[in-house]
Amino acid sequence: MNSTLNLLIGMAMGLNLLALGGSRVPQVIRAVAVQGIVLGVLPLLLEHDFGWLVALVAVITVMVKGFLIPGLLNRAMRAAKIEREIDPFIGFVPSLLLGAGGTIAAVAGARMLPLLPEHAGTLLVPGALASIFTGFILLIGRAKAISQVCGYLILENGIYLFGLLLIRSTPLLVESGILLDLTVGVFVIGIIVDRIQRAFDSLDTRKLTVLRE
Amino acid sequence: MRELLLIIVPLAGAALAVLWPSERTRPWLMPAVGVVHTALALWLLFSPPQVDPGAWFGFDPIARAVLPAVSILFLACAAYGVSYLRIRTERPNRVFVASLLAILGLLSAGHQARHLGMLWITTEAVTLTAVPLLHFNGTSRAFEATWKYLLVGGTGIALSLLGSFCLGYASVRGGGSGDLTFVALMAQGHLLSRPWVLIAWVFLLVGYGTKMGLAPMHTWKPDAYGEAPSIVGAMLAGGVTTVAFTAVLRVRSVINAAGAGAAADLTLLAIGLFSMLVAVLFLLGTRDFKRMLAYSSVEHMGILVIGAALGPAGMWAAFFHVWSNSLTKGALFLSAGNIRRAAGARTVDEVRGMSSVTPQSAAIFVAGMFAVTACPPFGPFFSELLVVRAAVATGHVGAAAMFLGCLLFAFFGLTRLVFAVVDGKPRPGEGAEGKRIREKAGVIIPPLVLMGISLWLGLATPHALQAAWTDAVHQLFPAP
Repeated sequence: MNSTLNLLIGMAMGLNLLALGGSRVPQVIRAVAVQGIVLGVLPLLLEHDFGWLVALVAVITVMVKGFLIPGLLNRAMRAAKIEREIDPFIGFVPSLLLGAGGTIAAVAGARMLPLLPEHAGTLLVPGALASIFTGFILLIGRAKAISQVCGYLILENGIYLFGLLLIRSTPLLVESGILLDLTVGVFVIGIIVDRIQRAFDSLDTRKLTVLRE
Repeated sequence: MRELLLIIVPLAGAALAVLWPSERTRPWLMPAVGVVHTALALWLLFSPPQVDPGAWFGFDPIARAVLPAVSILFLACAAYGVSYLRIRTERPNRVFVASLLAILGLLSAGHQARHLGMLWITTEAVTLTAVPLLHFNGTSRAFEATWKYLLVGGTGIALSLLGSFCLGYASVRGGGSGDLTFVALMAQGHLLSRPWVLIAWVFLLVGYGTKMGLAPMHTWKPDAYGEAPSIVGAMLAGGVTTVAFTAVLRVRSVINAAGAGAAADLTLLAIGLFSMLVAVLFLLGTRDFKRMLAYSSVEHMGILVIGAALGPAGMWAAFFHVWSNSLTKGALFLSAGNIRRAAGARTVDEVRGMSSVTPQSAAIFVAGMFAVTACPPFGPFFSELLVVRAAVATGHVGAAAMFLGCLLFAFFGLTRLVFAVVDGKPRPGEGAEGKRIREKAGVIIPPLVLMGISLWLGLATPHALQAAWTDAVHQLFPAP
């Protein structure tokens, strides 16, 4: 079972690099969508006694992270007519190298953390750390609002991956509450992207510079 | 049951506001809920209920020491809001009123949250509910501020979730059963896995610190406070930051129980002094009097965490400062809103001579400025004095000196701006061209009452409040 788990998390880590190296916005959105689907099915693998609540959480996660949010982002992208991320703050090759370095550091660093025996052989912690790091690079290094939202989503995926460590010990009520809140948060971001594009006719955050000292 | 009403009544009020048909009468729901909420909060302050140790929500000493201040601040903002929304009839107020009421309910839940997960969910919900309030004005500047608020605030909230997971894992790794109430976590004490506890502290401090607006995570604050209506600014500066501060305190008590209290206090002290320093540098530079209030808020958040880092005496002073800061800041925001509307601008280059245009608001603004820069006999003077005393008593003389230096320069920065706005001759062609504007009682009395309470807190701090703060300190520093 651990090998399937590690395979999926490994895929998610690969998708991180794809999102970092992609200059075309649709490619980045697709990477985030696939990552959402891959991570969404993980609770089914981790939970031994298959309950309907776990299945429901997994289905909702896949629907929201894999289809709903990418759909919103695609629509915003088409409306604002942005296809490419031009002239990012951190170039594509440097961010790819940073991401690769971060992934290696995450795998090495996770060995030093004290883990429960059942988690020691999995990629859960390295995958979480690598995704969080990737999310930050995109948040800081991209100028287009849609790319930044993608960075935020990858950051959230990393945190979600980390939360899976606790899925057996904490009540599922809290887990589903957390899931719900993440959905709401991202939904609001979708609305804002929609609003912002009407207000500025472009999603370049470099133009958001009226407010400064 | 009474403590749950604090959460239910505002949320029910929010639902009612959504359904309420009349634009004209809807704002009255805010003071109606505010009166009920304040009455309940004061009743609970004077006769605290029994708290079930395992409960997820409860009116425990920490909630008792802080929540009534938020309640009073909301009541003042709600009363002001009725007059304010009457001026702003061009914008629909359904979402505004409902969001503001929902925020009050969620803040009550957040202050009473005794469970790590519930604390995170309620603070996250507060962040999201504030979004429609921030772009109430609908300008492109307001959208820009909202976008920055969501991106920075969202990242902060994500990091505090990561920190909560790390703390949960520390408990599970240490043999915990997965019970994430603060009582259970503190009972585990030294059994909590130490590396995970330290990682959790870093993420939780950064996450909730973003919400408080501690430097260097404060970047959303000037934009949000500058662009939002004054009541929203007052509620963010006095209520939302407070819930984040209690979150930091609750987490710190777990870290302390795990034996890493000294490290936690050191980081709090460092980040607090850094926040004060950054705030002062910007206070000396900014030319916008609403953004000035944001930097002043960053400074006061720094003072709060410095107090929290200085042991029981400092913690007591921090609770005192929560009250004096929330109420004084409220008065400042509301009077600044009056001045901003009368002048039609908010930088010192465009606004001057407001003492002859809006004399009452200008007087409250100046009094609030003296209060917030810790001039006696207002509340902040006494709470900050206690912070300095706690710093000296615990041997942090250097920190105390830096603290006082920052206060002095903050005083220069604030007086420079406030007197530039208030003094001189009004600009010709601006606003009412120097004519006195009639100031309605609805926008003068609420900030005046807040200033009055701030003065009262300084001159004669009620014994019930002092006892509440002492109880809260006992909860955070349990006797071994």
